[in-house]
Amino acid sequence: MAAAVDVRLPTVLRSQAGGQSIVTVKASTIGDVLRELVSEFPGMSGQLLNDDGSLHRFVNVYVNDDDVRYLEALETPVREGDEVSLLPAVAGG
Amino acid sequence: MLRLPRALYLQMVAYCITGLPEEACGVLAGDPVSGTVDRLYPTRNEAASARVYTVDSRDLLQADRDAERNGTQLIGVFHSHTHTDAYPSPTDVDQAPDLSWHYVVVSLRDSHPVVRSYRIGGGLVEEESVVVLGQAAVAVAV
Repeated sequence: MAAAVDVRLPTVLRSQAGGQSIVTVKASTIGDVLRELVSEFPGMSGQLLNDDGSLHRFVNVYVNDDDVRYLEALETPVREGDEVSLLPAVAGG
Repeated sequence: MLRLPRALYLQMVAYCITGLPEEACGVLAGDPVSGTVDRLYPTRNEAASARVYTVDSRDLLQADRDAERNGTQLIGVFHSHTHTDAYPSPTDVDQAPDLSWHYVVVSLRDSHPVVRSYRIGGGLVEEESVVVLGQAAVAVAV
């Protein structure tokens, strides 16, 4: 059953969402959340998911306080009232 | 231009030295318009490496939230180069996520640390000046 979930967007993605910092989507899993975002804001596609549908390695996705990579990745369930946060992964050499 | 209060500048360099032999990293919060840093968040290097760094994802989230709670925002990242110049590596350029961010490199190659800052976008690297300010500031442990 899909739940209404708030998604906090990082500054770099807000321009793709008309300047919004929080958007609400209906979803059951993190995969749904990201696919909904891409469907609504196609400009985000290359930044969230790879062509094969897997999670892009330069984005961190959290449910409440937890990084979904340490949970069930795209299969991580989301429930009504959960807060999903996206942040660009910060890495280099 | 990046403006760093002296206390935060010293904390950043000290944190990088403490992290040896691995690369140390952290994020900077402040005013995106003036480039003035008001908070420094040392973070864990998830890669635990002397050659690469990844800001620990949970530390990053906590820093982002703390910055927002305090009416400021993340505007940059710092990391150390343990054996090379204070210039962004090809990996740094490839992985720079945000055109508006300040990318600070602290080189510990020589006896004296060298701190330089860059803007990185579209594969291009532009150095900017770093000004160390005299006033007190808040240091935050994540």
